Amino acid sequence: MSNPSAQAASPPWDDASITAIRRDMLRFARMQLRDSGAAEDMVQEALMAAVTSAKSFAGRSAFKTWMFAILRNKIVDHIRASAREITGSALVGRAGGDGGEGELEDFDVLFDQRGFWNPDDRPATWADPEASFEQDAFWTVFDICMNNLPEHIARVYTMRELLELETAEICAELGITSNNCFVILHRARLGLRECLENRWFQGEAR
Amino acid sequence: MKMMNCKDATQLMSERYERTLSLRERLSLKVHTAMCKGCSNYGQHLDVLRQATARLREGNTGGER
Repeated sequence: MSNPSAQAASPPWDDASITAIRRDMLRFARMQLRDSGAAEDMVQEALMAAVTSAKSFAGRSAFKTWMFAILRNKIVDHIRASAREITGSALVGRAGGDGGEGELEDFDVLFDQRGFWNPDDRPATWADPEASFEQDAFWTVFDICMNNLPEHIARVYTMRELLELETAEICAELGITSNNCFVILHRARLGLRECLENRWFQGEAR
Repeated sequence: MKMMNCKDATQLMSERYERTLSLRERLSLKVHTAMCKGCSNYGQHLDVLRQATARLREGNTGGER
C-alpha cells in the first residue's frame, strides 16, 4: 500500500534489532531441536521468509511475534517430517512402553518410600519469578536445566510447551500412548522445576 | 479415603494441564495440597514454568535490548 504510514510501519530491519531477535529465535530453536546446526538453519529460513514476505507491522512487538510464528511453523514442519524417521522406537525404547521404569528411578529419589517429598527436595517458596524473567542470567539457567533433561523427555516437553502441540498429536506423531506422554511430561516438569530451584531460586531466596 | 502421597499429587498436577481431572481426583488433590506446603508450592511452580515457556514462545526473554 502507498499510504503515508507505510514508512513508519515497515519492519525494523536495522542490525541491532535483527541481532537481538535472532538471538532469541536461536534460543527457542536450540531448546526445541537440541542441534545447533539445525537450529541455525531454521532461524535462517524463518528470517529469509520474513524478508521476502515483509508486509505491514504495527510495531516492534508485532514484528517479533510474527517472526516467532514463522519460526514455530518451520520447526513444526521440520519435526513432522523427521518424526517419521525417529518415531516411537527410540522414544518408547528408553521411556519404557509401560510407563518407563528406567527414567522413573532418577526422579524417584525426590520422594521417600511412602511417596512423600524428601526434606531436601521439598519445593520451597520462590521469590518473585516475574523479576527473574527480566534477567538474562535466569534464561541461561533455564537453558542449562532444559539441556539437563534426557533428550526424549525434553523433546516431548518442548513440543507441548514451546510449539504448543496438543498432547494427542504429540503421542500420535511419536507413536506413544497418551499415558506415556503424560508420564514423560510429568517427569520433564519434575526435573525442570528441581533444577531451577537448585540453580536459581534457592540462591535468590537466600 | 487414603491420603494421597506427594508422588501422586505431583503427577496429577502435571496431568491437569493435559486432561480434565475427575471430581474425585480434584478433591483428593485439594485435600493433599491444603496440608502439604511442598506440593502447594509445586503447583505454583508449574504455573511459573508455563509462564516461562510462554515467554520463550514470544521471544520475550530478558530485558528489552
